[in-house]
Amino acid sequence: MSIVLSDISKKFGDFCALDHINLEIPQGELLALLGPSGCGKTTLLRIIAGLERADTGKVLFNGQDMTDEDVRNRGIGFVFQHYALFRHMTVFDNVAFGLRFKPAKLRPSEAIIRKNVKELLALVHLDWLADRYPDQLSGGQRQRIALARALAVEPAVLLLDEPFGALDASVRKELRLWLRHLHQNLHVTTIFVTHDQEEAMEVASEIVVVNKGKVEQKGTPSKIYDEPHNDFVSRFVGQTNVFHLEKDDAHWLKSAGIVFDNPQGVTAHVRPHNISVEKQINGTESAIVLKDWQHLGAIIRLELVKDSANGAGKTIYAEMPNDAFRHSALKRGDKVSLFIKHAHWFN
Amino acid sequence: MSQSQIMPGFRPALGFTLVYLSLIVLIPLSTLVFKSFQLSWDDYLRIIGSKRVLASFRVSFGSALIAAAIASVFGVIVAWVMVRYSFFGRKFFDAIIDLPFALPTAVAGIVLATIFQPTGVLGKFLLDTFGIQVAFKPLGIVIALIFISIPFVVRTLEPVLLEFDTTMEEAAASMGASRWQIFTKVIFPNIFPALLTAFALSFSRSVGEYGSVIFIAGNLPFVSEIVPLLIVTKLEQYEIEGATAIALTMLLISFLFLFLINLLQLWTHKRSGQL
Repeated sequence: MSIVLSDISKKFGDFCALDHINLEIPQGELLALLGPSGCGKTTLLRIIAGLERADTGKVLFNGQDMTDEDVRNRGIGFVFQHYALFRHMTVFDNVAFGLRFKPAKLRPSEAIIRKNVKELLALVHLDWLADRYPDQLSGGQRQRIALARALAVEPAVLLLDEPFGALDASVRKELRLWLRHLHQNLHVTTIFVTHDQEEAMEVASEIVVVNKGKVEQKGTPSKIYDEPHNDFVSRFVGQTNVFHLEKDDAHWLKSAGIVFDNPQGVTAHVRPHNISVEKQINGTESAIVLKDWQHLGAIIRLELVKDSANGAGKTIYAEMPNDAFRHSALKRGDKVSLFIKHAHWFN
Repeated sequence: MSQSQIMPGFRPALGFTLVYLSLIVLIPLSTLVFKSFQLSWDDYLRIIGSKRVLASFRVSFGSALIAAAIASVFGVIVAWVMVRYSFFGRKFFDAIIDLPFALPTAVAGIVLATIFQPTGVLGKFLLDTFGIQVAFKPLGIVIALIFISIPFVVRTLEPVLLEFDTTMEEAAASMGASRWQIFTKVIFPNIFPALLTAFALSFSRSVGEYGSVIFIAGNLPFVSEIVPLLIVTKLEQYEIEGATAIALTMLLISFLFLFLINLLQLWTHKRSGQL
């Protein structure tokens, strides 16, 4: 199902949660609503679901106006951050809930319900837990059950509110990939909310960056990362070094031996992997010193500061592949020279 | 065993608890048992088996059960409104709920008797319109017991409703459940254990209630005479053994009821895997 949001606004008292949002989501998309906490992304998801009413604007499903339709009739599946499983029901009954409470005409027979629930539990790889209660499951298992439960009613849209937020890191990583694969098999239009840019990049085919109730940018993960539209997106998605050319940074950069050839704005954002670091052999011209480095697995993060003799100031972060770092034989305290390969310019 | 104890002070705390419970609860109640044992078995059966005593048991436990049931239903509604809605004067009404706790029960009884007697404001209305007489009937007892029970139910349920995870309701709604289905299949099963506790509390309070009931009940033997009143009557006639025999029986029946309610609670917990 395709979704169109036109001119959606929502206020809570004086606080403007959503400010004239326009968004089109094609059928079958796996979309991430990404933004810092309090940016309005969850409110937007709840408006799509019908759990919240917008003050202005329209919600269209397949061109049909759903703005005033109750959540019951929207044909959505919703997955909550804290699972919201029914504690007094077994896993089986939880998943069967949506089927058992359909209107009598549409309700499948108990035999079909059993078959469907079994299939769904197999889909989430938890068919052996059917008789347990939610309190007896781990967080990751609970969230997979919650997903199976949402899928049971065969929703046209699947909405997930920070689905992995309450899980520990390793389970989160596993479930992200699993969700992506599930989507590839089911092709149901899926929207999930997250504040974790890495999660959005890893799972989604399309990302909408939201900030202060506004859409900052919409695009594929690579577009968002490689061509950020503005200062906020560039800072929020991935790491970046920010240089303000109008302020002290210009002087600082020059004295450190870094010169931007053709400035296209007043602020330069440079991703850590766009800075190449070389050991200074006859070290007089550069005043930049490798203060510290951290091993992040495949890459090494370098922490670079200006030599204290030349007045300490900014810290610059650079990243290089593990083997390149080993090859360069850099040590803490070494003087280095920097070369900036690429910068994003903003005014 | 003592090495694996994480919380320190288990022994002194347990010792204190046992001594405290013994002094406050067990020793006074045991004198009741000893005093009753001065009666022979035949005498005991004669006292308990007398028609007037049996009738009073029926009145006391019957009206306590009915009152606790009604108070539970209305208490759920009141607690629900207090927790789920914000309206003008909520704090005021919330404070009013505790009044039956604070009011001397005799005062409550006199007030209730005044308005529900056939010439009273409500009593006249009910008698004229529906032909229902409240005061000096078992119905009066039930009303007095509901009055004193309400705070037990509301105060027991409020924290449970406050903690209730409302996303469960949203999840149910997103799957198409109607409001009624959400209440009966999601909310009610989750508050049921707390409701049982509330029922047990108001039931046990109602069984022992004396002050507010005697003013409105009329205290007619075989009709509206409650057990506590019968005990006091016996005491006033210096029939100490008779009084203790009735009191002990009452205690045992109450204990049996509470025990059954506890079993039911255990069962609901087990059923939802929360144990």
